[in-house]
Amino acid sequence: MATTSATSGAGGPNAESVFGPPRRRIGEKAITVVLFCAAATSVVITIGIVVSLAGETLTFFTDQAVTVSGFLTGGQWTPLFSDPQFGIRPLVQGTLIISGIALIVAIPLGIGTAAFLSEYASPRVRKAVKPTLELLAGVPTVVFGYFALTYFTPTVLNGLLGLDVAVFNGLAGGVIVGILIVPTIASVAEDAMSAVPQSLREGAYGLGASRRQVTVRVVVPAALSGITAGIVLGASRAVGETMVVLIAAGQVPTTSLNPRNPMETMTAFIGATGKGDVPTGSTGYKAIFAVGFALFLMTLILNTISIRFVRRYRQVYE
Amino acid sequence: MTTTSSRPVGEVLGIPPASHRLRDRSFVLLLAVLTSVALIVLAVLLIDTGIDGIPQLSLSFLTSFPSAFPAKAGIESAITGTLWLMGVVTFVIVPLGVASALYLEEFADGTRWWNRIIEVNIQNLAAVPSIVYGILGLAYIVRGPLSLGRTVLAGGLTLALVVLPVVIITGREALRAVPPSIKEGALALGATRWQAIWRQILPASIPGIATGVILSISRAIGETAPLILVGAATFVAFNPTGLDSPFTALPLQIFSWISQPNDQFRMLAAAAIIVLLVILVILNAVAIRLRNRYQQRW
Amino acid sequence: MVAITQGDPTPGSNLRDVSDLDPASDPRNEPAAPAIPGQVPAVAAGQPHAAVPVVAHHDVIDDAIETPVFVTEKLSVSYGSSPAVLDVSLRVPEKQITAFIGPSGCGKSTIIRCFNRMNDLIPAARVDGMVRYHGVDLYGGDIDSVQVRKRIGMVFQKPNPFPKSIYDNIAFGPKVLGMKGSMDQIVEQALRRASLWDDVKDRLKDNAFGMSGGQQQRLCIARALATNPDVLLMDEPCSALDPISTGRIEDLMHELKETVSIVIVTHNMQQAARVSDRTAFFIVDMGSSEEARIGRLVEYGPTDRIFTNPHDIRTEEYVSGKFG
Repeated sequence: MATTSATSGAGGPNAESVFGPPRRRIGEKAITVVLFCAAATSVVITIGIVVSLAGETLTFFTDQAVTVSGFLTGGQWTPLFSDPQFGIRPLVQGTLIISGIALIVAIPLGIGTAAFLSEYASPRVRKAVKPTLELLAGVPTVVFGYFALTYFTPTVLNGLLGLDVAVFNGLAGGVIVGILIVPTIASVAEDAMSAVPQSLREGAYGLGASRRQVTVRVVVPAALSGITAGIVLGASRAVGETMVVLIAAGQVPTTSLNPRNPMETMTAFIGATGKGDVPTGSTGYKAIFAVGFALFLMTLILNTISIRFVRRYRQVYE
Repeated sequence: MTTTSSRPVGEVLGIPPASHRLRDRSFVLLLAVLTSVALIVLAVLLIDTGIDGIPQLSLSFLTSFPSAFPAKAGIESAITGTLWLMGVVTFVIVPLGVASALYLEEFADGTRWWNRIIEVNIQNLAAVPSIVYGILGLAYIVRGPLSLGRTVLAGGLTLALVVLPVVIITGREALRAVPPSIKEGALALGATRWQAIWRQILPASIPGIATGVILSISRAIGETAPLILVGAATFVAFNPTGLDSPFTALPLQIFSWISQPNDQFRMLAAAAIIVLLVILVILNAVAIRLRNRYQQRW
Repeated sequence: MVAITQGDPTPGSNLRDVSDLDPASDPRNEPAAPAIPGQVPAVAAGQPHAAVPVVAHHDVIDDAIETPVFVTEKLSVSYGSSPAVLDVSLRVPEKQITAFIGPSGCGKSTIIRCFNRMNDLIPAARVDGMVRYHGVDLYGGDIDSVQVRKRIGMVFQKPNPFPKSIYDNIAFGPKVLGMKGSMDQIVEQALRRASLWDDVKDRLKDNAFGMSGGQQQRLCIARALATNPDVLLMDEPCSALDPISTGRIEDLMHELKETVSIVIVTHNMQQAARVSDRTAFFIVDMGSSEEARIGRLVEYGPTDRIFTNPHDIRTEEYVSGKFG
């Protein structure tokens, strides 16, 4: 707001005679308040998430006489048994293994796709590939779960590759989640690569480098912040993914590292348990919140890291 | 003229040696292969689903209700449930999302700490796993303070929470795309801030906002995880009778059929998936058409 | 009447050699300058602003105007802590065309944006000094900037019609103002005043974006006129237009000044010479360092005098094209 250090209208005609009667400004103020409340509901939602998760998690720890260290490190997750165990390690392990497999699949595919689109593809090819990637991104995860269970496991893993996996197995879950997050990694990485100024490339071309060398030695290093942001974002999505693992990876919490066997992730546990009618305040109910809270924290940390990387790569070129 | 070195002519002229060329060519090939993997998987997925599902598609499939007998089962209640849910979602996200976007873009002073918190917040909310929203819905909407029970309204509200951050973000981008000279022109004519926004900026950004809303709805249609926590536990063989009615939805029905041991239900799931995908393709086509037709070229 | 004062010429004076002039108007025959509002005091060498000379205020700032529409006193605008333009004191006449000229960055646009409170839109902008409109302090506490803009209209450098029909563009101002009367008539009258009616009367519902640049700018002028403003501020209105459109708008300005006071910012000196009755010349004062680019008013008076007989040597250099 521009301010002034002068004194107002001493000795001159007053404002009303020149500008007419003053207008009512209450309406404008009210509108601003209403809009602020709308925007503030997002804060309310976050508070709601944190409060509900944290609150129930607290009662979980106090009521079930579970220690935090026991929760975090215990290797047995059987909350609904008569002698319940609350070690979350099998769930976390399941999440990490499946997300790890997903990243192993998605990182080369995502970065390769991004490099291809950004550095090599002709406009015609781009016009065909980009919408298809968006289509892939738009397929509901339940469809991927169906695909993993009914096609990928029997036909590809067991049939084509002869891997002899169980009907529900971590490998199928991991690979399909990987395919799921390829568009996420690819679009952020491609964004970052396209943002690399042409002058950098031209400098390398001028020295006699081939397109391959320019891509690998100039563009990718320059876009590294953005690529990392994409990978971290993809990891966050993989960690939070529910349907594929619920359908295809199984509901058996295990500390086995073998992806051929079923394994349960944090998200699958929440889905499987919440499906039924868990009474409020029951063990299963509280366990959902405890696991949900852990999940929320994991993805929050990953997202914050990703945002930091995005900010870094945007800053460099803007 | 004799050459002053014994290097091959090709290298002097800038043509790379054969080994380099091989590396260059295989690199392109590698990238092309990597790119096509995801696309091939998509194609296989669609073909496999089609093979299983298309034979099951029929008018009776669309107009029957779920049943314990695969031959008689259909998705009418799932389709109507999805429609009801999307109605609730739209009713919530349009006013709330547009109002929030308006506030953040036009009224919020970016230097105030509370406005910055809101902005960061929305970015975080957009990336929270949808099942966490399911937990929130279960705790506060189905039970807890709102205690709506497992009803259409509860399901719709929960889904609205999932996509609201996306609506706000795309809404802000649509508002930002309107050049400031329009706002300046309106204000210079003696319009108040709200008049300039309501009469010029908002109308000019409606195509962008509408595209964002449609894309958010197409995301909400496919969301399963939150509905698992918030939706009915048993199968629903009737159309919703109101906001307070139990419901099922397409993704829920698909999930339910996949989970059945009987292989026949898997075929039905495939058919339902095809219906779901067709709906999504239509929605996205509408959004793209809208964007292309009404997009303002400044 | 311009007051002539007697006094010794001061070192570093930028007043040009006027020994061939009538001694009564010889600026060198001036007394030591008394304290006059707007006058820059002499400073010792080595201090900031040492480059700015003492000028006899009334000789270069010709202020004797009976009915001014704007009166500014030491009007200054700063962005944050850095001043952009300082100490502008002048009186803008009613129902005439006043031009602000000068090199880019000298603050001409910044000053006219004070006249309709458009600087309010820039959070960091601070306005010091006084600007009175028909005697009322525009920045007084009880002044509503929205109402100011209903009386003082503005046309911008790049035409900015709304993405609506021609009719709706014109009707927007009257609608938000709540003007009574037939909207059709208001629209027609505004378009006639802007010499646009014949061109568009058959296509009022067409989108304004389909018009040429020159037509769009005349549309913006018509739009500003629709609210019957008292003053029209024009910020380089022709700089984005071709010469023919420019000519049409200059003709338009001559017609309009009978009913509307006009202040035009232009970087085109010939345009100022063609259209304006009075001209104010601004410069960028580099001060003591590169960063201190401060706009200042150098000379102001009837256009004829500014262009044929300027009193400040910097004015003379600018209008004769030696710099700019």
